[in-house]
Amino acid sequence: MKNGPLALWFHALFIGFLALPLVMVMLVSLTAKSYLSLPNDGMSLRWYAAMLDNPQFIAALKTSLLLGLSAACAAQLLAIPAAYALARMQFRGRQAIGAFLMSPLLIPHLVLGVAFLQFFSQAGMRGGLLSLVLAHTVVVAPYAVRLMMSAYTGMDPSLERAARSLGASAWTAFTRVTLPLAIPGVVSGWLMAFIHSFDETTMTVFLASPSMTTLPVRIYLHIEETVDPLVAAVSSTLIILAVVLMVILDKWFGLDRLLTGGGPKDEQ
Amino acid sequence: MRRLPWKPLALTGPALLVYLVVLAGPVFLMLLLSLQGGKGVAGVTLAHYAEILGDGYFWEIYARTFVMALVVTAVCLLIGVPEAYFLYRMRAPWRGYFLLAVLAPLLVAVVVRTLGWALVLGPTGPISNTLVALGIVQQPVSLLQTMSGVVIALVHVLVPFLVIAVWSSLQRFDPDTLRAAASLGGTDVAIFRRVVIPQVIPGALAGAVVVFSLSATAFATPAIVGGRRLKVVATSTYEEFLGNMNWQLGSALAVLLLVVNILVVVGASRLVEKKFAHVFES
Repeated sequence: MKNGPLALWFHALFIGFLALPLVMVMLVSLTAKSYLSLPNDGMSLRWYAAMLDNPQFIAALKTSLLLGLSAACAAQLLAIPAAYALARMQFRGRQAIGAFLMSPLLIPHLVLGVAFLQFFSQAGMRGGLLSLVLAHTVVVAPYAVRLMMSAYTGMDPSLERAARSLGASAWTAFTRVTLPLAIPGVVSGWLMAFIHSFDETTMTVFLASPSMTTLPVRIYLHIEETVDPLVAAVSSTLIILAVVLMVILDKWFGLDRLLTGGGPKDEQ
Repeated sequence: MRRLPWKPLALTGPALLVYLVVLAGPVFLMLLLSLQGGKGVAGVTLAHYAEILGDGYFWEIYARTFVMALVVTAVCLLIGVPEAYFLYRMRAPWRGYFLLAVLAPLLVAVVVRTLGWALVLGPTGPISNTLVALGIVQQPVSLLQTMSGVVIALVHVLVPFLVIAVWSSLQRFDPDTLRAAASLGGTDVAIFRRVVIPQVIPGALAGAVVVFSLSATAFATPAIVGGRRLKVVATSTYEEFLGNMNWQLGSALAVLLLVVNILVVVGASRLVEKKFAHVFES
């Protein structure tokens, strides 16, 4: 099974296609000029310095980080018990509840944005951090539920039964046996929830306010006004962070399994 | 051990409560608002839906959105299926490295990737510069605000989903089948067409449904690359809400998009299950 030269050419073009816009962003961000251009005569980090001095982008980054942390934690708090019931117990309505908990994945983010905008306006919460956290929690919870479910189904249930038969209460058996064994699922579910919250744009663009804007929305609003090397510097910083994150995630969990929802690698 | 129904309910309860209030509530409210008359008008009305369906302007926007989504899906299938297969045939460690390279863009925010395309496709980008340098065109050209530009950028954003879907269906595929086909004298093309394709069709179609649904409802990419001239349903909904402040009409636009989207996704999934039941059984 070897790929022929045609296949390898196709593959090279494909990878080039995927890399092209990202490379372009990083090149433009290194320009020494004050307008959009490739760094033909001299590279400079001046736009990275400008980015650090830009209070709007820094505030948006802080909002995004705080929002991602809160939404991922909230999603896990809901997912850890719910996924346990779905993965380990037989009860009427189990499938319906499971489908309901996954349903945010099926609703376009545009529709969620519209619905949340109206809801939070009526509730008088529009533009606040709490409304963003609630909205993001619901949107990222399915990822947490999915990875927690595969963590619970991937472990041997007799370990918990053994703890129970040795006299541990249900709570002790869960916190001392099951949960520690599910830690890879807890961590990967949390990370997937955080990443999806951090990247979310379509829904958040409806909910953000001038004083409470996430980084992707800030970048979008900036591009709508003007495309300059500054926004390229902010974007390439995100690309570099994504590459670092990718290497770490792949080392720990296997990126393909995380993204296809198969749960972390089995330890062998 | 007797299973009491309150136990699973207590465990799933917090999640259900949050979902009911923060998900079902807002979606229901949106449906209500799309059926409401103007400010202070009581009663239920289909006026906003009638306005959309009776206006050629909105028909054009819906048609453009779904044609765009179909083209994006077709291109993704055309390049994503072979790429997944070539990845599958690679040896370790290349296979792992390149799978990572294909999946990595998913970790980069969509606005960032779209900004890259705005730079590549714009009048000062490499495409325009190359064409000018070769003397093919005299003036700088721009693919911004064109359908091709939006399709290229959306394919870039969404093709990893298709590659993953095909990749995971290839994981269940026995490589010995390929060797058997080769030993029986099948050419590469014949093997791909008659052995591989039938095996990956369910995965490819599942991925295609995801790609279609995401491109029909994409916002940031059509907004940045397509601009105001090339409106799609998502960008006009945004405009009705935050520009024209016509929330009832905006809600109706979003509800229609949701309904069409659900019909297409459910219809396609039914079709796949019916037609390819034999592949799932094996």
